Amino acid sequence: MNNFKKIFISFLSALILTVVNTSSSFAKVEGDTIVLGAAVSLTGKYSSNGVHTQNGYNLAVERINSMGGVKVKGKNYKFKIIYYDDESNSGRAAQLAERLIKQDGVQYMLGPYSSGLTKAMAPVTEKYKIPMVEANGASRSLFTKGYKYLFAVLAPANLYLDVAVDLAVEKNGGKPVKIAMAFEQDAFSQDVRLGILDAAKRTKSKIIIDDKLPKELNDMAATLAKVKAVKPDVLVVSGHTKGALTAVKQIAEMKVDVPMLAMTHCDAAKLSKQHGKKAEYALCASQWHKTLSYTDAFFKDGMTYDADFKKAFGYAPPYQAAESSAALLVFKDAFERANDFNTKKVRNALAKTDMQTFYGNIKFAKGGQNVSKPMVLFQVICNADGSKCENKVVAPTKWASAKLVHPTPSWSKR
Amino acid sequence: MDFLIFQAPMLMVQATMDGLVIGIIFALVAYGMALQWGVMNIINIAQGELVIMGGYIAYFLYVAGIHPAFGVLLSPIIMFFVGVGIYKLVINKVVDRDLFISILATFGISILAQQLMNFAFGADVVVADSGFGTLMMFDNSVVLPMSKLFSASVCIISAIILVAYMKRSKLGRAIRATAQNARAAKILGVDTEKVYAATFGINAALCGIAGACVAMTFTLHPYTGLPYTIRSFMIVIIAGLGNLPAVAVSGMGLGVFEEWSDYLLGTEFRIAAVFSLLVIILVWRRFKLARKREYLK
Repeated sequence: MNNFKKIFISFLSALILTVVNTSSSFAKVEGDTIVLGAAVSLTGKYSSNGVHTQNGYNLAVERINSMGGVKVKGKNYKFKIIYYDDESNSGRAAQLAERLIKQDGVQYMLGPYSSGLTKAMAPVTEKYKIPMVEANGASRSLFTKGYKYLFAVLAPANLYLDVAVDLAVEKNGGKPVKIAMAFEQDAFSQDVRLGILDAAKRTKSKIIIDDKLPKELNDMAATLAKVKAVKPDVLVVSGHTKGALTAVKQIAEMKVDVPMLAMTHCDAAKLSKQHGKKAEYALCASQWHKTLSYTDAFFKDGMTYDADFKKAFGYAPPYQAAESSAALLVFKDAFERANDFNTKKVRNALAKTDMQTFYGNIKFAKGGQNVSKPMVLFQVICNADGSKCENKVVAPTKWASAKLVHPTPSWSKR
Repeated sequence: MDFLIFQAPMLMVQATMDGLVIGIIFALVAYGMALQWGVMNIINIAQGELVIMGGYIAYFLYVAGIHPAFGVLLSPIIMFFVGVGIYKLVINKVVDRDLFISILATFGISILAQQLMNFAFGADVVVADSGFGTLMMFDNSVVLPMSKLFSASVCIISAIILVAYMKRSKLGRAIRATAQNARAAKILGVDTEKVYAATFGINAALCGIAGACVAMTFTLHPYTGLPYTIRSFMIVIIAGLGNLPAVAVSGMGLGVFEEWSDYLLGTEFRIAAVFSLLVIILVWRRFKLARKREYLK
């Protein structure tokens, strides 16, 4: 036992020595490499979206590096990312942020996946005054805390579905509509709900069902039975992928006829693939769609990005990947405008960002959220025999690639 | 406050039927839990994970182009062996130990199972589409998906088969004997080790059947097992051990109670209402027991 103790202690001291030694070997900029830190969910419940995030980051790093990298003070630098797996756990994410900054000496951070984990990491990066560009935390509360070093390339959660209310009102001849909504009780979905409340107020629409779904719920039968009874003009659902799949499945099973169904997380849920024709006519909020006509010098446009991503990773990029790639473009732009590696200068440059990427226009408001990129709504449209379903952008009208089918045909005619 | 459920009376029928059908599925999981809890004195925290595992078997049948309904046949067979395997690896080491040890051990199994499933099947939410259609009643104002109806019937049939098996077969008698008094059963020649393994296997098989039903009626995700564990735990607490009719009644009762509280109190309170009911029942039980003991003083 004594021997074992000795071995253990010597092993521990060796480990500590290695850690102490290596920590000084990392720095914000090593030679011609700019080191970025990221904790993403490679295991745990967010692992699929965590991987999308990582793939998005990697594709952008590869692209920027191969096209000359980042030019600061006349010298070309390459990007490199140190990744850790946060296990989809917010406590772990905060720990890893500390570790990246204190042990690995990282001075520039990329965000994790999900609002919850970003919320856990933001206080840490703020404490050490490390600029963080995040691409997957949309919760409104991230942008009301007065964080100075947090920048989000995506539109905040409260803007996800208010487009749908506007669209419903427009289709109703400008008259107010009756709204039914079902939102999961998590930070993100509740923010989406706030957006709908605002939109309802603005359009003088009436909210007739306001259900808050428990996190563990996988049955929406009660909510849908209510919808069936009160016949709203639009049904709005947000509950991540589980909510989207459950809603579509049970709406089809219970034959709930509602003129407009709007949801979040449809492409992450692979709605059109998993449910096929049952998902047809559902409207989905999305941060990005490949058919949008934004362009940049690195990925050209959405279609090219889609093709490049498919070639590199073997599947079509969900918007989570696209926005992650955009985060790197923002960093590159900020480094070049700051023309310096000082974190404060980089932060100030980030705050002044005003650029177009393949993903959309990026310009940060005071809170750090991107205000110059609207959300898009796409509609699931299937061919006649239902063998192939596609997502077509229907709103805002400027980018619409298909005409909105409204009202949704009743189940007896489908 | 005006309640929608009273304005549209058909919703009462809808709520009650939905509750009954969901309750029956939960009751089957709870019956497995009651069985191994009664026989081995183990509270299995990994119960929900066994359900999800069973669900994934049905899902993979669906992916392979076979109707997921066959999952209710295949899943219990595979899950029986999974259950026996888990027993041989872990449970047999904690059977006679403190209840706390068994909770810790099965909690460990549950975390491990979640991670392994996440690793093997991915973190996407999946559904197995049964394509069964919908039963419309009362001029289309009450709808009942056939997948739910099918699941409920499967659960009822399996429960009946199990009860008959426990009553008639040799193994069933041995299991019941072991549950009553393991030492006495051992002295009388019952191989309790085998009985334990079989019990855990049967529990896993029941979870497998329920899982296949869940795959068709709800959604599957590696991390969604916990609600099934908690729900079955509650049903068993309310019904008591070794009382199958009570398990069925308490399962369905809880299901209906949950649906009704959704309509009356709002969706955000449905889980809270069920848990409040649990607390009330436990407190009430405690008073009842305390009164019984009084004369012993």
